[in-house]
Amino acid sequence: MEFNPALPIYLQVMTAIKREIVTGTLEMGARLPSVRELAVQYAINPNTAGRVYRELENEGICFTRRGMGTFVTEDAQKVAQLKEAMADELARQYLDGMRRLGITREEALRRLGRFSPVSVLEEKGE
Amino acid sequence: MLECREITKKYGRKTAVDQVSFCIEPGHIYAMLGPNGSGKTTLMKMAVSLVKPTSGAFYYKGQPVGVDSRREIAYMSTEPYFYNWMSAEDVGRYYQDFFEDFSMETYHALLERMELDPRTKTKAFSSGMMAKLKIAVTMARRAKVYLLDEPLNGIDLLARDEIIRSILEAANRDVALVISSHLVDELEKVVDTAIFIRESRLADVCEVEALRIMQGKSVVDRYREIYGHGGEQTC
Repeated sequence: MEFNPALPIYLQVMTAIKREIVTGTLEMGARLPSVRELAVQYAINPNTAGRVYRELENEGICFTRRGMGTFVTEDAQKVAQLKEAMADELARQYLDGMRRLGITREEALRRLGRFSPVSVLEEKGE
Repeated sequence: MLECREITKKYGRKTAVDQVSFCIEPGHIYAMLGPNGSGKTTLMKMAVSLVKPTSGAFYYKGQPVGVDSRREIAYMSTEPYFYNWMSAEDVGRYYQDFFEDFSMETYHALLERMELDPRTKTKAFSSGMMAKLKIAVTMARRAKVYLLDEPLNGIDLLARDEIIRSILEAANRDVALVISSHLVDELEKVVDTAIFIRESRLADVCEVEALRIMQGKSVVDRYREIYGHGGEQTC
């Protein structure tokens, strides 16, 4: 995974895990790696890895069973909410970026329509 | 746990370390950063009493460092320190004789993962293999403090990944790791605290996630500030 070294690492790893949860790569109720394993997997500081789980727990996205480890929430509604929030955030970033280019909201929205699903994937090289 | 208290080291007229103080606590991974010649190696050698300070001292658990503290402080120097007739297996035995906390089992597991054959003589090792061997033999100790002098220097990307992995696997709540490097970005994600040494002096000690959160700066950004111009303390 590519990190932006000027942004908090814990937030970047949280986003990566959230993405795996909303896409179903990590299933609801699935056991997450231990803090140590997470640190090794992402090559990050173990204290940062610990913080990732603490923050995810605070947000209700995962929970800890004493002596068993950390698990993805079993609450489908929670996952749906998370997906909504992440989608909103991406949309906000897009509109914000356009605004900073001096492009109106209407033009920004219209522009999205020009991209068919195929052309979007092609541009990403997939 | 390991405290550097107002240490100065002079070699003749040259001051290698100038009034440096800091504290190393368990549960943290520290980067000791600074250009070549800034005093990082001298500091590490003083922490394991291989070099005597001109004034000031290192304390481990409240006692001046010496033969006793070396049982719990593992130090990896930059220069290779094995006889070239030794095989990787011999190196392990040599360490086992020296250090009570050395685990042959951990050593073999590390060698295997790093794809080093225990039977190979060290004289046949490339610089990357030698770097991995040094890490394996150091991390196979169950020490409380690990001082690693330039473990990532001059080796390829994949060997670096392996070394970082071994470092992270050794990290836990009871252990402190100090990694010196002049390659700042390599350690960016791995450490939680950065100690900056500039021209023999302590320039700054930064908690790196706090640096990102509060100031939106990377360790590399801070490094440039310190060594590029002036080096005023901001965190």
